[in-house]
Amino acid sequence: MKKLVEFPMKPNHRTRQHLWVAAKELGFEFYERTQTSISLYEFDLSGKKVERSYELLNILEFSSSRKRMSVIVRNEEGKLLLLCKGADSVMFERLAKNGQEFAEQTKEHIEEYADAGLRTLVLAYREIDEEEYVKFNEEFTEAKNVVSADREEMIEEVAEKIERELILLGATAVEDKLQNGVPECIDKLAQAGIKIWVLTGDKMETAINIGFACSLLRQGMKQVVINSETPENKALEKSGDKTAAAAAYKASVIQQIAEGKQLLASSNENSEALALIVDGKSLTYALEDDVKDSFLELAIGCGSVICCRSSPKQKALVTRLVKTKTGSTTLAIGDGANDVGMLQEADIGVGISGVEGMQAVMSSDIAIAQFRYLERLLLLHGHWCYRRISSMICYFFYKNIAFGFTIFFFEIYASFSGQAVYNDWFLSLYNVFFTSLPVIALGVFDQDVSSRLCLKFPLLYQEGIQNVLFSWLRIVAWAFNGVLSATIIFFFCIRAMQHQAFRKGGEVAGLEVLGATMYTCVVWVVNCQMALSITYFTYIQHLFIWGGIILWYIFLMAYGAMDPNISTTAYKVFIEACAPAGSYWLLTLLVLVTSLLPYFAYSAIKFRFFPMYHEMIQWIRSDGQSDDPVYCQMVRQRSLRHTTVGYTARFEAKSRSSKEGGEGHR
Amino acid sequence: MLVSIVFIPIGVVSLFASRDVVEIIDQYETECVPQNFRNDKVSFIQSNANKTCTRRLTVTKLMKKPIYVYYQLDNFYQNHRRYVKSRSDSQLKDNSGWDEVSSCKPEDMSNGQPIVPCGLIAWSLFNDTYNFSLNNQQLAVNKKGISWKSDRDRKFGRNVFPRNFQNGTLIGGKSLDPTVPLSKQEDLIVWMRTAALPTFRKLYGKIEWDLQPNEVIHVTLENNYNTYSFSGKKKLVLSTTSWLGGKNDFLGIAYLTVGGLCFFLALSFTVVYLVKPRRLGDPSYLSWNRNPGGH
Repeated sequence: MKKLVEFPMKPNHRTRQHLWVAAKELGFEFYERTQTSISLYEFDLSGKKVERSYELLNILEFSSSRKRMSVIVRNEEGKLLLLCKGADSVMFERLAKNGQEFAEQTKEHIEEYADAGLRTLVLAYREIDEEEYVKFNEEFTEAKNVVSADREEMIEEVAEKIERELILLGATAVEDKLQNGVPECIDKLAQAGIKIWVLTGDKMETAINIGFACSLLRQGMKQVVINSETPENKALEKSGDKTAAAAAYKASVIQQIAEGKQLLASSNENSEALALIVDGKSLTYALEDDVKDSFLELAIGCGSVICCRSSPKQKALVTRLVKTKTGSTTLAIGDGANDVGMLQEADIGVGISGVEGMQAVMSSDIAIAQFRYLERLLLLHGHWCYRRISSMICYFFYKNIAFGFTIFFFEIYASFSGQAVYNDWFLSLYNVFFTSLPVIALGVFDQDVSSRLCLKFPLLYQEGIQNVLFSWLRIVAWAFNGVLSATIIFFFCIRAMQHQAFRKGGEVAGLEVLGATMYTCVVWVVNCQMALSITYFTYIQHLFIWGGIILWYIFLMAYGAMDPNISTTAYKVFIEACAPAGSYWLLTLLVLVTSLLPYFAYSAIKFRFFPMYHEMIQWIRSDGQSDDPVYCQMVRQRSLRHTTVGYTARFEAKSRSSKEGGEGHR
Repeated sequence: MLVSIVFIPIGVVSLFASRDVVEIIDQYETECVPQNFRNDKVSFIQSNANKTCTRRLTVTKLMKKPIYVYYQLDNFYQNHRRYVKSRSDSQLKDNSGWDEVSSCKPEDMSNGQPIVPCGLIAWSLFNDTYNFSLNNQQLAVNKKGISWKSDRDRKFGRNVFPRNFQNGTLIGGKSLDPTVPLSKQEDLIVWMRTAALPTFRKLYGKIEWDLQPNEVIHVTLENNYNTYSFSGKKKLVLSTTSWLGGKNDFLGIAYLTVGGLCFFLALSFTVVYLVKPRRLGDPSYLSWNRNPGGH
């Protein structure tokens, strides 16, 4: 906002700033203001640039109840002009009968602007005669000098008298600039099935505008507004009777919630989306214990919820309400000190570091620099992390079960005396050396779908929400796989290395030979199972997996070479006994393939006939179709429902409604 | 498919190797107890009766030398933890450790003196003996080199001599010659390599003579070892070896089976792929899309 420096007036209203800039671009530059006059550069009727001065007589200030503001100026020729700008609802009421030349067109334009989320204003003017003005000025000054609580009303009354019979000039629209990439981010998150609520301290109109700008709201969504600032309630409040006023507010809030729920019920039948907009004051009553359940019901059913004028405490309370009552995981994202309560209350608090200071960042779990990074954080890293951690945990169980069950099975043959089939050091170092690093590599590096595709198909995120990768079924299945592997390893080894000689030299396999053989098989199977599970190979993974296996052989040789005092039963078992034995190597190969066969067959069948979502995406990619819009659309189509927000949903809704012949949804 | 291509030949080769091996097994523990003692074999084995027994073995196929002689024991849990623990490696290795017998309980001391070699494993040393004759000619059994070289060199010391062995009230097995160092007591060394499973064989010796088919070998054996108190079985085994080892069809059969299975799987996948080409995944299969309206 470099123009800030040049703006002669204090920039207390963003819209004014924007209008000033726009006017300047068109050649009408406002460059000076004194106590009583305003000076501009203008174009006169011949197109020449002239300087003009206007005498500023009165300013009728803006207020949220009036929704407009006016100035009364006297131009250089001495004519009195009332220039008014305000919200379209109030302005159109005040137009003169013959001042409505372009009213229809203007109305259309305004609707378009509003749909695109721009802030609209309607401009109108009137010429005033001297006597009217004098009378007005008297009353106005009188009203301004009143020192009672009625001051506002009196001023309004006076202003009301003069702000009528206006002639329409036109409409302006100002874009409320969001951060870069916010609409796209919201769109993607909505497609991923994440519900988005806005809790802001801004006023309702601003909040609604922003909602339209980022496509949280769209035309065709019925808005359920809970706003208890009706005149009756306000009057009650003014009358000083606090309890009666509170009761009245509450009653109106409850009633509006009930109406909203009815609307919700009916809209579900004709698949329309609802948007809930709640005022801060109503929110206090809506969050009270007896009301909050129905409030939450209504809120959950709507496509999006906007709470405006909410205090930091209310933000935290709303978050807590959603978290505890629905049991879903909540993420709060904010950038100011007023968001700290909300950030702490939510399951995950994300702070945006930026212009408003570092409070949000310091009280958050994760800090990012811009809102749009949230998309990457959730859809990409969130999805990957979920998959990695669930794979890692399942695999850990698998490999230890595979290992432990071989020992257990041996006990059946050792009369359950507790004799381990492996050497002590083998047992201790299993998890540390031979099978640990591949798992870490899996946990850190694995990607099921590349980053580009992850962002392209937000519905992948649902895998995490639905907990499909870490359900009990999956855990048990992996455990079963472990038992199966252990069974195969053990019984094959036993059967192949029975009482007969296992080598050409007639030697028989003793306990240490069997132990070393079985352990070799376990290490091979477990590591190769890892190789089957990883979908994304880097050098590190190769290094760890094959390295782990090689490490085992090296260890076997090194340990075996140590003095028998240390290596006890493993002394030279590899070099002398196992390595020269053809049956040892053949057995290892056989066991390896046989143990992995069930898993391999199962996953091949599953991939082919019952693919999971990320497997479909993998297939698209390997087929080379990942850029084909038709395929992508087909895969994505189900992510959009009638309650989804975001601009993609908006386009869908528009096209759907236009297909349906237009039912008044624009 | 690759797996089946690799596995099936290996399976065939392994099976042939196993088929090549000739094995003669003779179970004798019941047969070698005289009729009148059949009901109470335990008292027979513990008595001082004559335990000599003769057996006849017929050679079915040509057996090339060296022919390995094993004794096989069934239902003998050499892999029991207490049993495996009951030895003292430091004592076996060097004379300086002759009195380190703490891990050998209960076979650690006898008459106040440490036993060398101590422990249950040594105490229960197998003591049946076999003598082979073919056509009234003695078949020499080579009892040298039947144990692992690493055992002879490093684990059983050259300066360790049996002492106070089988001196107690309970005699578990064979006695050892106190003048022969442990590194040369190959039967002991072989026995002390604990077996993995309750059914095991241990090498007794090698016959360096070819055996022709249909030859009959007379075995004179001393049925000393008491397997009767735990219903164990004793078998005498003569076996040749191939590059794969003794007679075990398992590897060959398993390779063939797995190879065949892989071949079948590959074939069926190919058939499915050709017959019903895969459609791009229909998202309606997704579990959370099957009932729309749920978020």
